[in-house]
Amino acid sequence: MSIVDRQSPLDGTERAAIADLIAHYPTARAAAIDALKYVQKRRRYVADNTLQEVAHLLGLSAAELDEVATFYNLIYRKPVGERVILLCDSITCWMTGRDALARHIEQTIGIKSGETSADDRFTLLPIVCLGHCDHAPAMMVGDVLHGDVDTAKLDEILHIKGDDAR
Amino acid sequence: MSAIPTKPLTRNITRGEIPLDIASYERADGYVAVRDTLGKVDPAAIVQMITDSGLGGCGGGGFPTGRKWQLMPTRAQRPGPRYFVVNADEMEPGTFKDRLLLEGDPHQMIEGIILSAYAVQADVAFIFVRGEYVTAIERLNIAIAQAAAAGLLGANIFGSGYNLSIQVHGGAGRYICGEETALLNSLEGKRAIPRSKPPFPQINGLWGCPTIVNNVETVCNVPHIVRYGTDWYRGLGANGAVGTKIYGVSGRVNRPGTFELPMGTSMRAMIDDCAGGMKDGYRLRAVLPGGASTGFLPEDQMDVPMTFADMAKRGTRLGTGTAIVLDDRTCPVGFIANLQQFFARESCGWCAPCRDGLPWVERTLKSIETGTGVARDLDILTEMTDNLGPGRTFCALAPGAMASLQSGLKYFGDVFRQHIDSRACPWT
Repeated sequence: MSIVDRQSPLDGTERAAIADLIAHYPTARAAAIDALKYVQKRRRYVADNTLQEVAHLLGLSAAELDEVATFYNLIYRKPVGERVILLCDSITCWMTGRDALARHIEQTIGIKSGETSADDRFTLLPIVCLGHCDHAPAMMVGDVLHGDVDTAKLDEILHIKGDDAR
Repeated sequence: MSAIPTKPLTRNITRGEIPLDIASYERADGYVAVRDTLGKVDPAAIVQMITDSGLGGCGGGGFPTGRKWQLMPTRAQRPGPRYFVVNADEMEPGTFKDRLLLEGDPHQMIEGIILSAYAVQADVAFIFVRGEYVTAIERLNIAIAQAAAAGLLGANIFGSGYNLSIQVHGGAGRYICGEETALLNSLEGKRAIPRSKPPFPQINGLWGCPTIVNNVETVCNVPHIVRYGTDWYRGLGANGAVGTKIYGVSGRVNRPGTFELPMGTSMRAMIDDCAGGMKDGYRLRAVLPGGASTGFLPEDQMDVPMTFADMAKRGTRLGTGTAIVLDDRTCPVGFIANLQQFFARESCGWCAPCRDGLPWVERTLKSIETGTGVARDLDILTEMTDNLGPGRTFCALAPGAMASLQSGLKYFGDVFRQHIDSRACPWT
């Protein structure tokens, strides 16, 4: 998907889907988070013009919706890579070696927390406890949860080594 | 009737297996309580039963569930929509019990909602699940569709005249959403900032309507209490407590995990008998009994029963009941600094003490940890435990953050001073 696609106006499918989400709640505004998550799923992040269009459908000003969008850490207002790595930095994962995993990602992919790789494939973000502490350290890559992560498993999950491109 | 369970909450859960579908769940005595109750038992009788059972809120507060429900005005007092909300925003560091219940037995969750919502006569229920719990959200939606197809949800359920719909709402992050009034703001499509209380949600909740917010585990207890009775439920506990609890432990123990045990089981029994004790080469130094916002319980107090009352007597809290072990090879200052980093980042920013104070605490701890702290820092940290303590902030986030700091300064004061005196962390 190109950058242009991600900033293009909402299409008919997207408009219909947002209308459907609004119908689930007594107020349109209540669908704000669902609508932002939906467009983000299709466009990877919520660009300014996308935010304006979604706000209009929800009956909000762009500022009102941005107030919501910027509060929640799983809504991305800046471009992110193809796969977002959410590496837990809460207590049990910290004790069991999450910092070593972060260093490994920096060494192999070249990104620190908050950064996107030059090839646009990965973004690394910290995340609060994922509720997987009996398998710490834990992380999510996209929608998939991984536990008992070590550097070898990390390479495998991210396909850093081997010829499987993804 | 199937055999009366001793571990009701997890009886249908097999790790790594997909959960029971509705047919299997019903064969295992599921939804019997719903069929026996809707339109046949006065809702007020269910509220009374839950009150008598002694069930307390399992999200961390332990507030009696029945008493919470009793504060809901009647339909006659307050006509109009009424809401029942499940708080499935499990984000307390070190806590992984609700994930087990949501993923492991979603129909138990749905049955609990039907009975609870009926008791308080709510006609719409929301399950607020943190967005990262993708599998839980999928499984709940499947269970809701199956329950609706079986006539357990919808209009005039079993001809009782009672209507209920359940909707899953996936969140988009932020720990503060677990605070019940912040959760309501989030559900309304706003920033998750806590509301002033009173009025409590029972009076002015979701969109200003009467609303109950209960934790996942709390609600999952309800079908069993209704089905098997309050005497049975009360008899499940140990050391004067009632019911069972999903306890858990993480850190350097041999078998970290969750365990459904009699409420009131001792910390030592859970760690040694269920989790297999400490790993070789590690010694237990202290535990946080129930998540990041509970204070340390030192190693010489491991025989304390894990109840809300017993933990309060030791100056800490049971919290979520999922313990985090601090071992002797982990720096206590680094441990507390990590907890404060979490709280500083997750502060919603609404009130100044929390917004400005927590980052200050975090920076101070990190400077001590890295050997650049000074003696005055300990006075600052001690002052902070008061300035950010109970009654000083808009909600309980900052006071929760101060629990580990205050007890840490008490139990590990020598370790803090060692960092400052030697200008280095002894663990690195």
